[in-house]
Amino acid sequence: MSNRDSVVYPTATPQQRVAAIQAALDAHGINASEAVEELDHLAQERWVPHNGARVVAKAWTDPAFRTRLLANGCAAVAELGITMPKHHRHLVVLENTATVQNVICCTQCSCTAFTVIGLPPDWYKDLEYRSRVVRESRTVLKEMGLDLPPEVEIRVWDTTADTRYMVLPVQPPQTFGWPEEKLAEIVTRDSMIGVSRL
Amino acid sequence: MDGMHDLGGKQGFGPVRYTEDAPAFHAEWEVRANSLYVLAVRRGIFNMDEYRHAIERMEPRHYLTATYYERSLTSLATLLIEKKIVSHAELEQRAGGRFPLAAPSAPGRTNAAERERFEPGDRVRVRDDYVPGHVRMPGYIRGKTGVVVSESPTYPFPDAHAHAIAAEDEPTYDVRFRAEDLWPNSAEAALVHVGVFQSYLERAR
Repeated sequence: MSNRDSVVYPTATPQQRVAAIQAALDAHGINASEAVEELDHLAQERWVPHNGARVVAKAWTDPAFRTRLLANGCAAVAELGITMPKHHRHLVVLENTATVQNVICCTQCSCTAFTVIGLPPDWYKDLEYRSRVVRESRTVLKEMGLDLPPEVEIRVWDTTADTRYMVLPVQPPQTFGWPEEKLAEIVTRDSMIGVSRL
Repeated sequence: MDGMHDLGGKQGFGPVRYTEDAPAFHAEWEVRANSLYVLAVRRGIFNMDEYRHAIERMEPRHYLTATYYERSLTSLATLLIEKKIVSHAELEQRAGGRFPLAAPSAPGRTNAAERERFEPGDRVRVRDDYVPGHVRMPGYIRGKTGVVVSESPTYPFPDAHAHAIAAEDEPTYDVRFRAEDLWPNSAEAALVHVGVFQSYLERAR
């Protein structure tokens, strides 16, 4: 296509482009339309932060599970029926304490342990978070509502390989003694990314 | 490649557009774009390194103005055409308009000739490598020194895996850097951990 054509021939909308890909795959024997319904469902109903919240709640109430989780994240989340894609071979669980705040990011794309903590929110994928969080983490967290005292050390984890990370937040003292199911309700996705505390 | 995607440490960006309970998707077509690329990976049409690299190959002006899922669908379409599953003309005809793609790929490479096994506590330096193809070394650690914290299971080597080049799987090392060393006099104090492939590392002397 020449440059002159492109002036009079507008770019298709993203909706049109996605529909074109799906139709082309169907036409070439890939049967995309049958398969994507299930994947749409997984993305919206199954790959959700509640999975990770269950993991956190169990780690808070079961010290032996917490030890297994910190030693081998993939195996420990599998105990709760949570699976990870084949290419995610390693899940590292990062334990926050009163003086350590772990924060995860992906500066080069937007990788996450999405089957555990949910698909990433829009801001995680934006240019601003990806560029700034490694270099000015304290300011970025403060802008996002987490104003950490100076004695808290910040550890940023850049997801540059297929190892995946999740943050194990500190349990709020007022929730000690709560049952696991109730605890899971208070664990947010953003606390497992590390940009908020509970 | 030192592409536009390699954003870590780039300056000038404004506040994070943060909202609590921010959605992962904003429209139905975004859900579908995600499902279609996941389907292609599951069917073995391309792998995740090819997928990431095709996003990186988007012309910077396009990359910066595209939304996240527009980058996904651009990578997907580019790879389907490169794998000769569909033609660009067919996609444009079906879409009823122009369908911008990523730029062609430059050569990849196999594992480093000499690779060393490291232990937690070892001081390592990131090699001064400049490559035209896919690489998972963020530019901000190039030439920098850090400390090994742990070793991962082995993974396909991305610099080869994105280019259908034979290579051995290799571990990554979780290397801890100080932000003040990565950007002297120009960063806030923090520890920055990066998963660094073995081929990118040498022992610090």
